Amino acid sequence: MIETNTTDLIINFSYVLAAALFIFGLKLLGHPSSARKGNLLSAVAMLIAIVVTMFDNNIVSFQVIAIAMLAGSVLGVLAARIVAMTAMPEMVSLLNGIGGLASLFVAWATVAGNNEISAFTMIVTFLALLIGGVTFSGSLIAWAKLSERITGRSVTFTGQAVFNSLLVLTIIFTAYLFVAQPTMLRGLNIDFNLVLYVAIGLALLFGIMLVLPIGGADMPVVISLLNSYSGLAACAAGFALHNNILIVAGSLVGASGIILTNIMCKAMNRSLTNVLFSGFMPVTKTDMVIEGEVKPLSAEDAYYVLEAAQSVVVIPGYGMAVAQAQHAMKELQQLLEENGAEVAYAIHPVAGRMPGHMNVLLAEADVSYEQLFEMDEINKRIQNFDVAMVIGANDVVNPAAREMKGSPIYGMPVINADLAKNVFVLKRGMASGFAGIDNPLFFKPNCRMIFGDAKETLGSMIRQFSD
Amino acid sequence: MDAVYLLFILLLSIFVGFELIQKVPATLHTPLMSGANAISGITVVGALALAGSDNMADYSTYLGAFAVFLATINVVGGYLVTDRMLAMFKKKH
Repeated sequence: MIETNTTDLIINFSYVLAAALFIFGLKLLGHPSSARKGNLLSAVAMLIAIVVTMFDNNIVSFQVIAIAMLAGSVLGVLAARIVAMTAMPEMVSLLNGIGGLASLFVAWATVAGNNEISAFTMIVTFLALLIGGVTFSGSLIAWAKLSERITGRSVTFTGQAVFNSLLVLTIIFTAYLFVAQPTMLRGLNIDFNLVLYVAIGLALLFGIMLVLPIGGADMPVVISLLNSYSGLAACAAGFALHNNILIVAGSLVGASGIILTNIMCKAMNRSLTNVLFSGFMPVTKTDMVIEGEVKPLSAEDAYYVLEAAQSVVVIPGYGMAVAQAQHAMKELQQLLEENGAEVAYAIHPVAGRMPGHMNVLLAEADVSYEQLFEMDEINKRIQNFDVAMVIGANDVVNPAAREMKGSPIYGMPVINADLAKNVFVLKRGMASGFAGIDNPLFFKPNCRMIFGDAKETLGSMIRQFSD
Repeated sequence: MDAVYLLFILLLSIFVGFELIQKVPATLHTPLMSGANAISGITVVGALALAGSDNMADYSTYLGAFAVFLATINVVGGYLVTDRMLAMFKKKH
């Protein structure tokens, strides 16, 4: 692979430059003020890598390439322009899936056009095929769940565990046939293409089986994991093609996804295995009964408390995204600030359906990122806030995680909303959170429930302020 | 030997990746994901050589071309949507 011809040398030198720019771009992503420049640098790196690759002596026909790139660019531009900010989890899932499928096709094309391949290359090609396939079908299922084309709940059936174990064994056996070809296949009189198609089919099936049992609130973990897979698939394709830049860029993405997965798991106080396999376990029901009654409040009465408040902390959850209430919240924030109150937002790592989901929605509503605080920062001073407004969040503010041993979410780090002087919970109705557990927060003496659509509730508070 | 050399690259880049990503604040996690997604479109570079060669079976050229198409969606869509999001992150005026 390392030839001393000049073109190859130039290409590989440019790859080094591209790798450096990717790394520097990611470094700039470390702060909101420089992040946009970082993304631009990363895009420049990509452009350099693509342009120099065109000088590769092996590329002789540009017609097909031009058509493919043009079509891909048009679709990419359209998708990026059209997508609504609330639909970002779906968009990222789809992009993950497309990335995985691209790696699958690269691996497929590698084995399809070449008969003399070393065992090592066959192993990594199979990996690219497998990870690419799993990423693609898994992301499609995640996308369907997020956009509610199929149920967001965990999907299980009897014998699922046995089925999955058999599936894994079959994949291992297929991998063996794949790598051991062609001598063995010739002996058994099996066509290699058959093994290839079976391998692709199994990979796709495996991706579906992996994501189906995972419920909506665990989606942040799954999206992060699939994000990581899409990088690892590119990495495996890089091994198959002996291409350095694919390996570098792919592993950067892989590392990013793994870190996010880890952060999400920690924020739910669960291990990755628990998240991936909890769908198979029976639903934990606690016989603990929470004493007390919920005290409803009208938006009009809540206004009087808000008007007197010196400091307000807003704790958003997925319900805010569903109700599209971020713009109304920003409007109320301005009124509160004009009224002399300090407004802060507390963001739980797993609020929403993907890492950073709430931050993007609030950024869209023009809320300054300096007003968004992470859970640990806000918990230190939550008792100083006059009002905590919980908008469409439930499990992430559940004090059972702190005070009820035996609760399924006991030990999960939560935002201690109940410690604020007053708590307003904006909620559609009295349904329990995704985890299916009652929330003792609602029964606390300092808590008031404001039932109804969050956007409308905020709207009527805004009207009161304006009068 | 090739395999070892490639594994070296893999190992070092994973370490760099871990160091870099750990410093990204939670508020930027969504753009980080979509930006990383765009980077994973690097597969396009691998796909180009497969799509442009004519010394291979015809259908593998088309497989390569389809991979170019898919990866381009990833690259273009990923970078643009990330930029769109990052443009919204503002300080208080």
